Amino acid sequence: MRFHRLVLCCAACLALCSLAARAQLTVEITGAGANRLPVAIADFTGERIISQALTSVVRADLERSGLFRLVDAGAPLADSATPVFEDLRTRGADAVAGGSVAMFADGRYETRVRLSDVPKQAVLGNPAYLHTGAQLRATAHRIADFIYEKLTGEPGVFSTRIAYVVKSTGRYELKIADADGSNDQAALASREPIISPAWSPDGSKLAYVSFEAKKPVVYVHDLASGRRHVAANFKGSNSAPAWSPDGKQLAVVLTKDGSSQLYIVNADGSGVTRMATSSGIDTEPRWSPDRQFIYFTSDRGGSPQIYRIATGGGASGNTAERVTFEGSYNVTPRPSPDGKSLAFIARDGGRFQLALMDLATRQTQILTDSAKDESPSFAPNGRMILYATEINGRGVLAAVSSDGRVKQKLSVQAADVREPAWGPLVR
Amino acid sequence: MRTRHISLPALAALTLLLAACGSQPPAPEQNPAGVESRSPGAIKVDSNPVARVQPDAFDPASIAALKDPRSPLSKRSIYFDYDSYVVKDEFQALLTAHGKFLSANPKIRMLIQGNADERGSREYNLALGQKRADAVRKALILLGARDDQLEAVSLGEEKPVCTEASEECWGKNRRGDMLYSGEF
Repeated sequence: MRFHRLVLCCAACLALCSLAARAQLTVEITGAGANRLPVAIADFTGERIISQALTSVVRADLERSGLFRLVDAGAPLADSATPVFEDLRTRGADAVAGGSVAMFADGRYETRVRLSDVPKQAVLGNPAYLHTGAQLRATAHRIADFIYEKLTGEPGVFSTRIAYVVKSTGRYELKIADADGSNDQAALASREPIISPAWSPDGSKLAYVSFEAKKPVVYVHDLASGRRHVAANFKGSNSAPAWSPDGKQLAVVLTKDGSSQLYIVNADGSGVTRMATSSGIDTEPRWSPDRQFIYFTSDRGGSPQIYRIATGGGASGNTAERVTFEGSYNVTPRPSPDGKSLAFIARDGGRFQLALMDLATRQTQILTDSAKDESPSFAPNGRMILYATEINGRGVLAAVSSDGRVKQKLSVQAADVREPAWGPLVR
Repeated sequence: MRTRHISLPALAALTLLLAACGSQPPAPEQNPAGVESRSPGAIKVDSNPVARVQPDAFDPASIAALKDPRSPLSKRSIYFDYDSYVVKDEFQALLTAHGKFLSANPKIRMLIQGNADERGSREYNLALGQKRADAVRKALILLGARDDQLEAVSLGEEKPVCTEASEECWGKNRRGDMLYSGEF
């Protein structure tokens, strides 16, 4: 009966989604890197409308990253043409991209791009993309990823997706959008809260906590089919899902044996085993990328602090090592994709701020000047950290680069946005 | 939001209203019956009182006592201090009444929902709410309830009854709510 009611409710909510489509995330750049690379993205030649749409998204992507300064390229530039390097040099461009869009008889397009180093007058790459008109944005993000990777040496994350929860009056939506906030879709709509979304390593599923059963239950939701299953629904509360790096298991927090403790379950919900034991609260588990440790929050020492426990060996024999020592409240550990640093939330006075620790030196830097930061999530290249915060009493998402310089704000009109999770690189 | 002292007829009306809501989608906000409403405008109980006060005395072990405003059983919330999950002495009498009721009605089940104020991590607050729910559960067992009658869960900071950023408001959100069979 309850399930039936939920289905009806979800169906009604989904019907409304088409109306709410313009409530998408808008990204505002509030800070940029100190040494931005000057780059010219020329207008592409060929199919005019397609070219314009492509180049405007590519430019917006590069600009938003905070690592590039866009330079006017002057005239359109085909991928086959040699750029006028002298002119570009006087315009101050270090790199230039040109391209051409051709339409095939079947209605598909081929976009060819050439990226060149201006001072060296050398070609850096010449990729081609076959795409439909509906894949315009996706193609533009791939072109931006190519340019980003060639110029910075790191993979770009413009083609990735983000998940977040939008709360409007009496309604919660788990949304998936492109990393630039466009193309948002609701994976789940509910009258009860949804928290802690976590992407599977292959980007095909989300684990999350939903309160639709009047208590927290962990679900695994397949994004392509829209089907989901219960991954943990034991007596008491079930929460804080985290995927193992191979995507086969989830670390979860269960209270079936007392207070909140760490367990491992298979992603299908089978085979629950206890991971650690304490007399207090253990929660917010996260695997290190190399699978060696699970970082988590615990109040075993009297105040909430971050600990880590080795995953190898027996479930009982391992002892937890304390990681944070400054202050009386350090929570929500998130290891960086390279495993070298740890993002977390630190309380200083009454302020909750995003902090980043170098795990080798154990030095910590506060990255924000806000007061209600929550739920940090690394971009898969480790360059940016997406997090939830509050501006004028409203929940917004913000992103900051791991050096603290580049800052973005992502907000939705007239709604609270929270619980961001940056999806993986999917090649 | 201010604390509102709800009159007896109003409470009866609210109880009826919540009971009526229970049979149709969408599900009502899961406040314990008639303690507080999150949306004061939505339920106008004071303006149109529906008198349903029963004149005869109530049996403290009967189901009817759960919703009788004269019974301590109609009170369902326990409040906690900041970062604490210790049940304060002032709530012992209330828990004793519920413990006795559960003992006298072994087929009735109770869902205990722990809550936290909004400050800090959602998941840590979920764990704090669980500690609060568990403290209520343990107290009720000492007072005669059986473990299989009880489930302690947490709603963390997700279901505030008060949404202002003030200590008065946060105090109302650091709460354990007791819901009986049919109420959840």
